[in-house]
Amino acid sequence: MTDIRPYAHEDPGAPPSLFPDYRSTVLRAPSQPPIRIPQTLTETTGPAGRWDRLMGPAMADLTAQHQGAPIGQRIIVSGRVLDEEGRPVPDTVMEVWQANAAGRYIHAKDQWDAPLDPHFTGAGRVITDAQGRYRYVTIRPGAYPWGNHRNAWRPAHIHLSLLGPAFATRLVTQLYFPDDPLIEIDPIANAVPMPYRQRMVARFDIDTTEPNWALGYLFDVILKGRDQTPFEDAHHDH
Amino acid sequence: MITESPDLETRNARPRQDNLDPALFGQTPSQTVGPFFHYGLPWKGGADLVGPSDMGARPDLFPDAHYQLNLPSSTGTPAGDVIELAGCVYDARGDIVPDAMIEIWQANAAGRYASPDDPREDVAIDPHFIGFGRASTSAEGIYRFRTVRPGRVPGPGNSLQAPHLAVSVFARGVLKRLATRCYFADGDGNDVDPILGLVPGARRGTLIAQPRDGGWWLDIRLGGAGETVFFDL
Repeated sequence: MTDIRPYAHEDPGAPPSLFPDYRSTVLRAPSQPPIRIPQTLTETTGPAGRWDRLMGPAMADLTAQHQGAPIGQRIIVSGRVLDEEGRPVPDTVMEVWQANAAGRYIHAKDQWDAPLDPHFTGAGRVITDAQGRYRYVTIRPGAYPWGNHRNAWRPAHIHLSLLGPAFATRLVTQLYFPDDPLIEIDPIANAVPMPYRQRMVARFDIDTTEPNWALGYLFDVILKGRDQTPFEDAHHDH
Repeated sequence: MITESPDLETRNARPRQDNLDPALFGQTPSQTVGPFFHYGLPWKGGADLVGPSDMGARPDLFPDAHYQLNLPSSTGTPAGDVIELAGCVYDARGDIVPDAMIEIWQANAAGRYASPDDPREDVAIDPHFIGFGRASTSAEGIYRFRTVRPGRVPGPGNSLQAPHLAVSVFARGVLKRLATRCYFADGDGNDVDPILGLVPGARRGTLIAQPRDGGWWLDIRLGGAGETVFFDL
């Protein structure tokens, strides 16, 4: 047999699948509860350390992907990827994507009447170092309206996608900015109960800020942790 | 006359809690992938685990000049039976979901995961196979992968799992990743698979791909009649 050290289940900060204030969840949330299964090698493994071959090299500067500089407030976003015990998650990939400074995505389906920026795509990718640290440069995205309800506006946010070490640690989330009044009235952010919602709010940091160049924000991503001792599998063995 | 506010010293005495507050330390909560991920996540070739192609991306959804992601490259052909796996994603009303993203994670043809956390040395890693794939659904709600049929891998205790892929579903309106599996209708050991065995018999079929047009087909239903079984890992 193979010893399995399972990853933790979701904690109380996880949103429900169905959150009717966010209308798109109504027809897209399962009605049946998920079935609890024991983790196997399938769930405790993942494509760790093969990012270059799988996805291509890092793209850590979203302001340098075109001929000119994008419009907007240049920012640095930095932090660590950790597990729930505070241990670094090294050599893991974080993909990021976002709207431009006016709140407009480069996407064809985005019909918001704000200007596109020919010098900004808004897609990037970083790999954590041995201490789990990452850093990328971008411009601060704008807020934008959407069709969820009358006068609905998404708070400024950066989308984040992490695989972590295993299928069980997969995470897609969003980074919000401090002191944004739209967070409190955003149904997507509000699907996460307080106080856990505040885990998604980055911190302005003067030490990450570079003089005469860019404001700095810190944001740590905490992935599901793993028991230290192998699971003895008492119910199934023998 | 100047009136002093009584709460000057206590007002905003503490900054609002945020990401780095030690009292809040714990799992970063999940959020939806939203509708606009196509220029950021699904790269050309992401859905082709066998060789170079454009499978997986939706370059129709953004200008060419804004494709920043990887281009497919040739890395050699993996061992095993090449298969195509496809299906349609539906919502609870039976409408197609044209803005979903499907990911797969699987063992190679010999039943070995290309992961440092698969400790078995008696089953070889295939240097030409990683086993991770990502596909956007088409305007018709269809996802499509090209991969190799996975071998069997150990399950709990001394059990052996039937050939399967781990599957993740993301979409606008999906607040957290939906985890499911894809088995094969003719798979060895489906009848004794330790995970399938936890699923009520009437719902097991939602996890089993059927042969179709020379490939394999598995629809994913987020809700409603025939709702796909999702797992709490």
